[in-house]
Amino acid sequence: MKESIVTLKEVSFQYDLQERYALNNVSFNIYEGEWLAIVGHNGSGKSTMAKLLNGLQFPQEGEITVCGTLLSEESIWDIRRKIGMVFQNPDNQFVGTTVQDDVAFGLENNGIPREEMVQRVEDSLRKVKMDKFLHQEPHHLSGGQKQRVAIAGVLALRPSIIILDEATSMLDPRGREEVVETVRLLKEEKSLTVISITHDLEEAAKADRIIVMNKGEVFREGTPEEIFSMDEQLIQLGLDIPFSVKMSKAFRQKGIELSKHYLSEEELVTELWTSRCNM
Amino acid sequence: MDISLQHVEYRYQANTPFESLAIEDVSIEIPTGIYMAIIGHTGSGKSTVLQHLNALLQPSKGTVKIGEHEIKGGQKNKNLKKVRQRVGIVFQFPEHQLFEETVEKDIIFGPLNFGVSEIEAKKRARIALKQVGLGEEILEKSPFDLSGGQMRRVAIAGVLAMEPDVLVLDEPTAGLDPRGRKEVMDMFYALHKDRNLSTILVTHSMEDAARYADQIVIMQQGKVVKKGTPEEIFSAPTELVQMGLDVPEVVRFQLKLEEKMGMKLEKIHLTIDELSSAVTDQLSRGVRS
Repeated sequence: MKESIVTLKEVSFQYDLQERYALNNVSFNIYEGEWLAIVGHNGSGKSTMAKLLNGLQFPQEGEITVCGTLLSEESIWDIRRKIGMVFQNPDNQFVGTTVQDDVAFGLENNGIPREEMVQRVEDSLRKVKMDKFLHQEPHHLSGGQKQRVAIAGVLALRPSIIILDEATSMLDPRGREEVVETVRLLKEEKSLTVISITHDLEEAAKADRIIVMNKGEVFREGTPEEIFSMDEQLIQLGLDIPFSVKMSKAFRQKGIELSKHYLSEEELVTELWTSRCNM
Repeated sequence: MDISLQHVEYRYQANTPFESLAIEDVSIEIPTGIYMAIIGHTGSGKSTVLQHLNALLQPSKGTVKIGEHEIKGGQKNKNLKKVRQRVGIVFQFPEHQLFEETVEKDIIFGPLNFGVSEIEAKKRARIALKQVGLGEEILEKSPFDLSGGQMRRVAIAGVLAMEPDVLVLDEPTAGLDPRGRKEVMDMFYALHKDRNLSTILVTHSMEDAARYADQIVIMQQGKVVKKGTPEEIFSAPTELVQMGLDVPEVVRFQLKLEEKMGMKLEKIHLTIDELSSAVTDQLSRGVRS
């Protein structure tokens, strides 16, 4: 059984002057080392969740525990050291005038000695494959590159958890792929826990586990395969079905038998190839 | 209203040490009622082209014809207001441009500026709101109290209320969730059909280009490198991939499958339904042979 690194217990949150609860009695665990995708339509409460997890907002009811510490006004500074966040807009989170200054910003704030800082900046930029860009100015970078620098800035602080709050939603397809690939590599390399908040189900398909939010509540939780078998229900929730699921469905309707419900594109191609060999 | 770009060149900061060539020898015909998608990387010049469509930028060389109006490179061009009224641009993240106290004031700002009476402008605001799928109860609200999706729609309503003949859309669905994306794209398509608008869509989404556009223009490094119908454009997928562009998911899947199976289907299919039929046919034919 894996260790739980974040626990939400009966958490509710309501913004000022709003009638509806943004989050309503939400409970779940996040396990150490997993890649968890939290998906939901705009307004489903998924971004509120991100804000609660690192104490940008506090829940009115319920409690949140991060790495064994109860999240509160007092513990927030310690907890923020453990959680790094990457936000949606690449242009809003670049604070330095060059790539290396940007990554160093968080380290300076934490009073890391210079020698160590230089080392950490280089290390983390290498991990996101941006070490060739040390002295580049942000406006010379693509959206995907900026987001990778943002990830490096977070990594340099050596958090246990990284939250991507719709970090790919403003990127073009290529940028999106770069960021997702970066996260995947990081996850393999060390036991970083990744929470990606997204409405892109192609991205969520790569996660270990998915939580579907709807109207401020946890609607369903499961592996990508389990979640994607929800099919039309996902569309009703304002989400979409990954391409390979749509494609598999079309093949089934035309009488081709497939072994399981959710197949990645590669798996589907292989399956069709095998079925030809068997015919 | 027809728009025509003929050998258009544009240089940013011309005659300074910072001069840079943004687009070169760009010729595009945009006849009335067409739905055109412009595709290209960041920095390919598509935004520069877009700003020529209502004379926000004027060519350094070449000619831009917008209806009756001709804008020639290197000349002072006046009376552009009329042109701008007829060509509405929905910029990326248009909700960033909301500024008024109420939704109604924000929507009527454009029409009032173009000399429409207040009564008429308010009437248009109501129609435009309905077109973008919002109710009148929101008219008196502050645009900043709305959700992101609603703000986007209000900003779009502000452009529609000018009743343009040509609608230029720069990544209109960026940041929206899948349902919002589909709703907004379907709404633009319905308007396009109902009002016989010309629509020019600047997008990264090959899916949208394949689904909605009559014509696709591909830009690279300031030049038009390819023009054609979606079928024509995507039937040479390797060329696109070489340019570093994506192909629609369906096409990508077909290519993967063809490679694995060591065969070629007769043509490139642009919908899941077509492709699955073609592959199923092929598989069952395999049994007979």
